[in-house]
Amino acid sequence: MDWHFVFSQALTQAIGPTMIVYALGAIGLNLQFGYTGLLNFGQAAFAAVGAYGLALSVVAFGLPFWWGIVIGLCAAVVLALLMGIPTLRLRADYLAIVTIAAAEIVRRLFRATVWSEHTGGSDGMRGFSDPFFALNPYPENGNFQLGFVSMDSGRLVVEFGLFNLQYSGRDLWVMTVGWGLIAVFLVVLGLLVHSPWGRVLKGIREDEEAVRSLGKNVFAYKMQALVIGGLIGAVAGFVFALSRANVQPDAFSTDFTFYFYVVLILGGAARIFGPVLGAALFWFLYNIFAQGLSQAINSGVISADVINQTQVGPLVFFLLGLGMVLLLIFRPQGILGNRRELMLDVR
Amino acid sequence: MSDEASTPEAAQPEPESEQPVAPADRAGITAARASLADVSPEPGAPKQDPILKAEGVRRAFGGLVAVDVAHLEVQRGTITALIGPNGAGKTTFFNLLTGFDRPSRGEWVFDGRRADRMRSYQVARAGMVRTFQLTKALTRMTVMDNMLIGAADQLGERFWAGLIPPLWKAQEAANRQKAMELLERFKLVDKREDYAGELSGGQRKLLEMARALMLNPKMVMLDEPMAGVNPALKQSLLEHIKDLREDGMTVLFVEHDMDMVHEIADWVAVMAAGQLITEGTPDQISADRRVIDAYLGAHHDAAQR
Repeated sequence: MDWHFVFSQALTQAIGPTMIVYALGAIGLNLQFGYTGLLNFGQAAFAAVGAYGLALSVVAFGLPFWWGIVIGLCAAVVLALLMGIPTLRLRADYLAIVTIAAAEIVRRLFRATVWSEHTGGSDGMRGFSDPFFALNPYPENGNFQLGFVSMDSGRLVVEFGLFNLQYSGRDLWVMTVGWGLIAVFLVVLGLLVHSPWGRVLKGIREDEEAVRSLGKNVFAYKMQALVIGGLIGAVAGFVFALSRANVQPDAFSTDFTFYFYVVLILGGAARIFGPVLGAALFWFLYNIFAQGLSQAINSGVISADVINQTQVGPLVFFLLGLGMVLLLIFRPQGILGNRRELMLDVR
Repeated sequence: MSDEASTPEAAQPEPESEQPVAPADRAGITAARASLADVSPEPGAPKQDPILKAEGVRRAFGGLVAVDVAHLEVQRGTITALIGPNGAGKTTFFNLLTGFDRPSRGEWVFDGRRADRMRSYQVARAGMVRTFQLTKALTRMTVMDNMLIGAADQLGERFWAGLIPPLWKAQEAANRQKAMELLERFKLVDKREDYAGELSGGQRKLLEMARALMLNPKMVMLDEPMAGVNPALKQSLLEHIKDLREDGMTVLFVEHDMDMVHEIADWVAVMAAGQLITEGTPDQISADRRVIDAYLGAHHDAAQR
């Protein structure tokens, strides 16, 4: 069994483009759920309107790439207002219900056959990412060797002996932009949550009536948190769409939202670095289970009579679910969370 | 008070004699009692200088009329108690006045401004700050953060300003200073880095009151401040409420405990079945037949609480 391959694959993925999408989505969710206590079960919809805003602008309307980004962000703001205005004055559960329904409506709209000549229906769209990759500064056919870092016709290999990390030139460009965005959002969020503005958000999470009685316009703060978290969700959608160079409506199902929640809870909600650590760990575990099992079957370590290749996928999710349950039992605050905080009676 | 020879004055020797401090340090109580001396003990009695003036406040839940107060004035600088049997509509009335509920009809003026259309946070900003019957400490925040969130007009609470700490650091330091003074006064200063959820029930009551003071309120609305507080802490809580009056604030509180009402209230308003049935000094109220009927009539059990 090729352990080198398994570890290399898993670790390559652990900081790769897909992990960045999860990290960004969970960063937005962290502001909404972790700090403000808003149960947004529609983060996938924010990613979807971001991704489709970009794709439709560029492909269907022939607008420049940057207009696509602006339109995607505006769509996320509109979505946040649509979901927030009717529900944020009500109890917390109403937002949860509306967001989960709205996310499904958004996905169905993009999937609808009525507009399929523009949106591609369930097949989705492609052909919007060229302007992005045209900006790629990494040489397409670069070849160099520098210590343990080498590039072989545009493919970067970082060799650590026990494992290596391998990225294509396109991945590298997505990762450069993606990690840059993560860094920017973490700095912004770090400043915000340590400001009096962030203190009001945490107060709302604890007891919004109390905060209201202290003269704060709770509705406005909740709306701000929903919009900002949604914008970051839309950015996750951009990175998702660009890294795959296509958008597909069914990628933005409710599962997507719940992966963001898993990432957030795993890393630790209401912790600045929680989403990033959670995303890396989640995606590492997913890949090491998937690759490990697959390798074990191929090399005969696990007999194909016990489990075959097609069963690996569901089993991995079973194992991740089990891991999540164990985490909630033994470390409910997540990796970075504060147990003392969690043990307080929250009524 | 010597220049006032009316009945209410003569009927109030007890609270005065219980004051541990010399009357000279208690200018607030003297002024409060004097301002109410000539007020007749009738529901809706007009006051010299009302900070709150309510007219025809009604709140119906379907067919049930929870509150129907024809007229109420609260004298500035006094401690006014709002009493009444369970289900009398005291807390509903409280919620209406503080913007936490909307009246079916009625209007009121707080400190010269129409307040019946204000939202709860606007009421608080106007200077009327409330506490809750079930204490609302922000449990997973430190005691200090609980205090700081109370401060009014913080620039750093705007989203864009939150990103630029130099803009609000000075204001934050001033608020912290003020919070320290209040925590000192409420004997919570050693707990300032603890989570509010780690405080005892009584300490949370103190914290809630101290936090309300961060807003520099003109009027403090206390919803059952003594509920669930042990006797030792009760006394110190009473002193803190008296201090509010000395600091020039007006206090309106809902309470069941008549002993406490006797000890600190300058004026008592009695509600029953949603209506204001009478007003008066604590002694006048104790002697009032209507009050005894309200408590002992259909709601005998309520009076035992």
